[in-house]
Amino acid sequence: MSTSIKSIIISEIQRVAADEEKALSPLTDDLVLLECGLDSLAIAILVARLEETLNLDPFTDSDDIYYPVTLGDFIRVYEEAERTRQFDSRVSG
Amino acid sequence: MKKPKEHANSIRESLVDSPDCGSRFLWSARNTVSLSEALLGTSLGGRASGLAGRSVLIATRDQLDAALVLIELDGSARRLIICPPDVSPVDIPGIVEQAEVDAVVLDISLLTEKRWREALESSVRLRIPEIVPIASLVAGAKLAKTDPLVTEWVLLTSGTSGAPKMVVHSFATLTAAIREVPQQDGNIVWGTFYDIRRYGGLQIFLRALLGTGSLVLSDAGETLTDHLMRLSLHSVTHLTGTPSHWRRAMMNPMASVIAPRYARLSGEIVDQVILNMLHVFYPDAAIGHAFASTEAGVAFEVTDGLEGFPADFVGRHGDVDIKIEENSLRIRSARTATHFLGTDESTLRDCEGCVDTGDIVERRGERYYFLGRRSGVINVGGLKVHPEEIEGLLNRHPAVQMSCVRPRRNPITGSLVVADVVLKSGRGFDEDHAELKNDILKTCRETLPRHKVPAVVNFVPALNVSAAGKMTRHNA
Repeated sequence: MSTSIKSIIISEIQRVAADEEKALSPLTDDLVLLECGLDSLAIAILVARLEETLNLDPFTDSDDIYYPVTLGDFIRVYEEAERTRQFDSRVSG
Repeated sequence: MKKPKEHANSIRESLVDSPDCGSRFLWSARNTVSLSEALLGTSLGGRASGLAGRSVLIATRDQLDAALVLIELDGSARRLIICPPDVSPVDIPGIVEQAEVDAVVLDISLLTEKRWREALESSVRLRIPEIVPIASLVAGAKLAKTDPLVTEWVLLTSGTSGAPKMVVHSFATLTAAIREVPQQDGNIVWGTFYDIRRYGGLQIFLRALLGTGSLVLSDAGETLTDHLMRLSLHSVTHLTGTPSHWRRAMMNPMASVIAPRYARLSGEIVDQVILNMLHVFYPDAAIGHAFASTEAGVAFEVTDGLEGFPADFVGRHGDVDIKIEENSLRIRSARTATHFLGTDESTLRDCEGCVDTGDIVERRGERYYFLGRRSGVINVGGLKVHPEEIEGLLNRHPAVQMSCVRPRRNPITGSLVVADVVLKSGRGFDEDHAELKNDILKTCRETLPRHKVPAVVNFVPALNVSAAGKMTRHNA
């Protein structure tokens, strides 16, 4: 599951960059998110798109929150939110 | 405890007896000026005395230039009109005319811009204002001994119709919130992500001057990383910004190089997420959020770590009276603006002397929470968006019947713009209209600045329309 979340995020980043006409740096895990080529408005749009695609809004839903600095952090926040959701659905299901 | 002079009517009068002005500073990205140098020097090339008693417009690229002119002319000029960094040169002739501007004090580099040159040429035709270029700060050229005046301060805020609104304050209204609170002792270094030419930043500028502190100014040409490095270099203790500023800062690897004792948020709706996040990130900092606006002044500060504000703030009598009418927050205090330039005070205040902030609140239990603006204005990372402007554009698209633009909460920019669109009859809304969406968005991207382009377009079967025929907005 986590691989697919990562690939979904990467492809959304590429889509937002194309829409916003931004050039992307090579997307490595330790790349600082705000230096990937997307500015804060583009990252805001990315988060909104990911909420639609993944049905996850980890920054608003979680109690234990921190802001992602690197791309790796950002992906981990979503992977963690997905794990929590799967766990919750097993518990309640 | 140091208290600012009770009856000071200007920055100069407040500072003139302070013994520590030589060791307090204004730091910009390029320059450092002590308060003594600012008080004793001139950056107007000896032309300050000619501006006494006159109406002066200040337009600079750099915040420090504006700060020095404000210190130099407050208490001497009759009126100071402060241009914010994003003022449109197109609006300058109108401002010159309405504010009866006698002189434009400006950064000479603005004259290299065609739009500014044209604006000034049109202004000169209207009122013949004197053009006073800003020079390097030099010592010794003191003001002529004129009788001190109570200067009118005019701040510009973006109006709904395009032309900026001119909001009139005085030294007394601008500093009331500062003088009512005892000043803290000790070595205070203020920093702000705001620009001091807008109300929020101006409060911090005056707080630094009237207290015991120094101030690190932000610079539009500087990266956030460099700004954080400078804040660290000067050991910032008190740092202020909007929730969007703070979110952006905490996504920067350099956010951990500063350790403010006090972090303050205002200017946008503050939610619980950002408060919690700041608390985790800066565990030793006192964290407060304030409600303030250019028109209503500083209304209150909330320090209990929770979003919204306690219900008992309403109806309590003190320095600031707060009431809620038609769900909108209304403020009466000595800190509110006096009027909009060119109008009487009735356009700013209701019959009880309250300023209607236009901010819609909702009571849940013992607390009020902010829902948004009554006008529907959306705040995207500190930039205002009027939904009608985007709806007008969407509605001109050949496939669009009607549209409603609304905010959607976003953890990075506070809000984003979302559009609900009803397509013209004959088009089922449940079809996959990916291509049509792209076409609509393309039109928006070609016409609108980026923050106004809807992040999401939804096709919907219908929109709510009130009995009066108006679209029902989310917050109204």
